[in-house]
Amino acid sequence: MSLAVAAKTDASTAPAILAATGLSARYGHIHALHGVDLQIGEGELVAVLGPNGAGKSTLLRAIMGLSANDGEVCFRGDALPRRDPVAVASRGIVLVPEGRGLFSPMSVSDNLELGAYRLGDKAEFKRRRDRVLALFPRLKERLGQVAGSMSGGEQQMLAIGRALMAGPKLLLLDEPSLGLAPRVTEEILETLGLLNREGLAIVLVEQKAPLALELANRVYLLSLGRIVAELDPRDITSHDDLARHYFA
Amino acid sequence: MPWLFAVLVVGYAMVVGGYAATVVSFALIYAVFVTGLNLFMGFAAQVSFGQNAFAAIGGYLSAVLTATYGWSPLPGMALGIVAAVLAAAIVGYPALRLKGHYLAMGTLAIGLITYEITVEWQSVTQGYMGISGIPPFGIGPYEVTSDRGQLILLSLVVAASLFAAARIRRSRFGRALSAVAGSEEAAVALGIDVARYKLAAFLLSAGFAALAGSLFVHVVGFVSPEVFGLHMVIVTFTMLYVGGIGTVVGPLVGALIVSLLPETFRAFKDYQDLAYGAALILLLIYAPRGLASLFSPRGRS
Repeated sequence: MSLAVAAKTDASTAPAILAATGLSARYGHIHALHGVDLQIGEGELVAVLGPNGAGKSTLLRAIMGLSANDGEVCFRGDALPRRDPVAVASRGIVLVPEGRGLFSPMSVSDNLELGAYRLGDKAEFKRRRDRVLALFPRLKERLGQVAGSMSGGEQQMLAIGRALMAGPKLLLLDEPSLGLAPRVTEEILETLGLLNREGLAIVLVEQKAPLALELANRVYLLSLGRIVAELDPRDITSHDDLARHYFA
Repeated sequence: MPWLFAVLVVGYAMVVGGYAATVVSFALIYAVFVTGLNLFMGFAAQVSFGQNAFAAIGGYLSAVLTATYGWSPLPGMALGIVAAVLAAAIVGYPALRLKGHYLAMGTLAIGLITYEITVEWQSVTQGYMGISGIPPFGIGPYEVTSDRGQLILLSLVVAASLFAAARIRRSRFGRALSAVAGSEEAAVALGIDVARYKLAAFLLSAGFAALAGSLFVHVVGFVSPEVFGLHMVIVTFTMLYVGGIGTVVGPLVGALIVSLLPETFRAFKDYQDLAYGAALILLLIYAPRGLASLFSPRGRS
């Protein structure tokens, strides 16, 4: 992984693929996000860390337009429509939701196919599918299997594979490590690192900070719906550093 | 296996005729309705307690246009279906923003309102009295009057409905509905226009309901508000779950079984309802995904 770190682009100079200003979100009367400003550079992998209930999932949902929100989100300079996740997805922002959101009764193959639902081009479809199966060879063995009957790790691979089928320019991941064994988590995060080195911009929401820190170009710390710190992962040398920021 | 069962039952009714033919005819009409219900509730995993409203629109339009205004059945039926689909579009557009229990309540209201209209709008529907003298179904000079003729006609309509359902299931649209059924949020996040597909399934379902309503009034020759009341909602839900929700052949199997079971249990006299209830409970325990799922290797759980 040390090689990967060396190859990373300098985040501060990259042009923004996504810029949110004053992003707020609420569930009914409860505000879950208070005026968040954040920037994701082209080709950047940004980790969003924070304790349970900090608003990490809400942040991703607000970017996607899945929750009631205020503020502005720009994608490559153009403002994204509000509350219209289909339009957001069609611009190339794809969310792998918390709990994966697989189409459980359907086969692995059907799930992948639905990821590319908006794609008409058959050759491109095949190219994407081959790529996903090369990234996650385990899915190849299970194409005919019902998605819900696979292990947690395989389901997460499928969720990411399905998102890749949509041809994302920006991938939003909500706790991909949730409930997975450390070895599987590592495997998945390594694949994410690989995708990022190939130029895919990624926002990774995680609770397991050490894993995310290894991959990320930049880290936002979220607490009680606000960004409390923006960090360079290389500056965080110990768990104490992070804890200090959490509770600052 | 389920197909063989259906063919045997319809064949038996064809040979015996009389009362058996009437019971099976009603079952086939229900099968059309439940096939539509299944598109919305099975394929897209939504809830509607109000599809009886669209059956009422189709049925009453057919009844009024043919019995009162002397139209021939086919254009009356066509107009009934169009009207029902239009009504479904008008109520569905706002109602489908609701989810889960709220959608169930909203659609239930649609059914109840339609029922009230059929009762109160006496100048057109003749209220509880109902409309009689509705001609049998026919095209031009050819009328379907015999039991056997009706059974053949209804079998053809059911076969066409099931064929359509099977085609829809395998189509791009059908796969989008499966995605909606699987996870609406995930589907939306992949750029699948969930709201549009839900509405489309709702409209299709309303079309099937109107077709069934129209068939009913022509087969019976009479219509009153109770025909499309709450009882219909309960019976068709039972059929859908007994037959196998989400399967293609389930609605037909469910419609036949639920229509025939009470007849079978007539021998038990006083215990008829008890036996019927027990049979349903056993079904739901041993075949929770419906009878049709027992015969498909993937459905066995």
